[in-house]
Amino acid sequence: MNLLKISWANIAHKPLNSLLILLLLSFGVGLISLMIVLNVSLQSQFEKNVKDIDLVLGAKGSSLQLLLSAVYHVDAPTGNISLQDFENFKRDRKTRIFIKEAIPMSYGDSYEKFRIVGTTHAYTEHYGAVPEIGAMWKVPILDSLDRVITDNFTINEHGLRVDTIEATIGSKVALETGMGVGDTFFSFHGLDNASEAHYNVVFKVVGVFGETRTVVDQLILSSLESIWAVHPPKKGDGPKKREITAALIKVTNSIGVLSLNGSDQIKKGNMILAAPAIEINRLTQQFGIGMTVLSAIGILIAIISFISVFISLFNSLKDRKYELALIRTMGGGRWKVFMLILQEGLILSILGFILGLVLSRIGLLVMSAALADEFHYTLSDLGLVKFEYTMFAITIFVGCLASLLPAFKAVRIDISKTLADG
Amino acid sequence: MQRGVKLVHQIFHHCWLSAKFDTIRNSSMLKINDIKFQYPSGPRFEFPNFSCQQGEHLLLLGESGEGKTTLLHVLAGLLKPHEGSISLKGQDICSMSGSDLDKFRGENIGIVFQTAHFVKSLNVIDNLILPQYLTGVPIDRQKALDILDRLNLNDKANKKTTNLSVGEQQRVAIARALINDPELILADEPTSALDDKNSNEVISLLEQQASISGAALIIVTHDQRLKEKFEKRIEL
Repeated sequence: MNLLKISWANIAHKPLNSLLILLLLSFGVGLISLMIVLNVSLQSQFEKNVKDIDLVLGAKGSSLQLLLSAVYHVDAPTGNISLQDFENFKRDRKTRIFIKEAIPMSYGDSYEKFRIVGTTHAYTEHYGAVPEIGAMWKVPILDSLDRVITDNFTINEHGLRVDTIEATIGSKVALETGMGVGDTFFSFHGLDNASEAHYNVVFKVVGVFGETRTVVDQLILSSLESIWAVHPPKKGDGPKKREITAALIKVTNSIGVLSLNGSDQIKKGNMILAAPAIEINRLTQQFGIGMTVLSAIGILIAIISFISVFISLFNSLKDRKYELALIRTMGGGRWKVFMLILQEGLILSILGFILGLVLSRIGLLVMSAALADEFHYTLSDLGLVKFEYTMFAITIFVGCLASLLPAFKAVRIDISKTLADG
Repeated sequence: MQRGVKLVHQIFHHCWLSAKFDTIRNSSMLKINDIKFQYPSGPRFEFPNFSCQQGEHLLLLGESGEGKTTLLHVLAGLLKPHEGSISLKGQDICSMSGSDLDKFRGENIGIVFQTAHFVKSLNVIDNLILPQYLTGVPIDRQKALDILDRLNLNDKANKKTTNLSVGEQQRVAIARALINDPELILADEPTSALDDKNSNEVISLLEQQASISGAALIIVTHDQRLKEKFEKRIEL
């Protein structure tokens, strides 16, 4: 027997009442916590993937779309730019001193919803991706009609030539497709498996990257040349103008961002330069509004739940007045009665908080599953976020506050009068 | 067999208590002197002086409005009289306050109220243990079970108090008043809500249990049915 047991018995004595409070509080806390964890999680994903990329060069279109497709690989490409325009941009005498590094990328095909990106080894260096098993892809040498110069090709059942090209795959791709070194696959046009496969080139996995916790984990990487080989000029046509989809650009200093935007080559090549810092800011502002609204609803629910704690305790005093007076006559001091009521509010608050965290983590898992399905992104970190400690402190504080007045009222009960009115 | 052992145990307990009290029997355990009580803008009461020996049973009779409950609350230290003194075991209750008074009351006075009230969320046995916990006496479950046994309530230990009949509730209330071996049991109109049969039962139970515990018993009532049952009566 102790005060905690009596407090708990009182909570359990009114199961529906307590359930309502717990539901309200856990939904409020859960919603707030979910928004915070989601925010932290997305923010860290954004930052990790955009790391040191100052600008993204690509075909004219939406800057945000360019950024989402080139850096995060969650949107369709804005189109292609010619390799020549990219080279011109790099070599522009007026602006070239500002370019520290420019990594070209070709993408738009996929396998099992995992995107195939043709690029240079500089891309993997940028993300610190190193093959854990096997090796990096080797760059094939192409002739003017984008055919691989090799004697080592096969002829398929339609009598057509099939070249083999090397690819190194991300850890998540390996995990989910079950592919390993030596396995082969065809690339599919577009970003879902719905379209036609390119049967003229077969990709052969030569390596699997170790986990980087960046976008590389969910990509199939190969050379720029491999993408050209997959899309050769039509039969009878002459050599095709080579294209890339986008380029990630690092600048030498912050003035470079402005200067590069003013480069004549951009206009000439019908290109745009997107600044991730600005675009991400715009993006977070947009879904930030949604998150703010949901957080506000969460806070509102939490406030209502604390009011319900207060009302419930306050109301129960009416029924329990005699009981509390009785406790006083049986030797229970004022302090014990005070703590009895305070603890009831606190137990409910703590339980509600814990349930809220559980709810938020369930929500996170569900969202993560949905995201993984769509974009292969996971929000796997279920640990406590720093702000949740603050939330706990706030919950305890407000829980105390809501129980304080009823507890004081309980202490001030006129024992004699209450018992006489019995 | 078990019942026999229990009976022997009770008799021994009784004898031990009687021996203990013989030494102080000569001085009054409870002494009331010139108690006057005034409700703020309400009635004013003056109560007769009386005293009560260890283990003595006393009936305080009075019509309604004569301050019976007031007197009981004053005796229990729940109300402070404006004048006079109450000495229990040589201690002046009127000069005590705060947690000292709460503890002293919890240890020395068992109160049975007109209608039985309990901590509704706790079961019978926990309601009995509650005074032990509240006064800081070591928890003794067995003792609580023994008292329930004495009152023929042993099968009710784990029931919620709201599931008991009124008579059973009143008996549990008596059991609760006994749990800390008080020197004094105060009963406020314990029979007013009961019919003759139940009334007789409750009174003999109170007397019997007070005797076993060696506690003094003071019953405050307007119930004239009780008049003949008590040798020592004080009319208010």
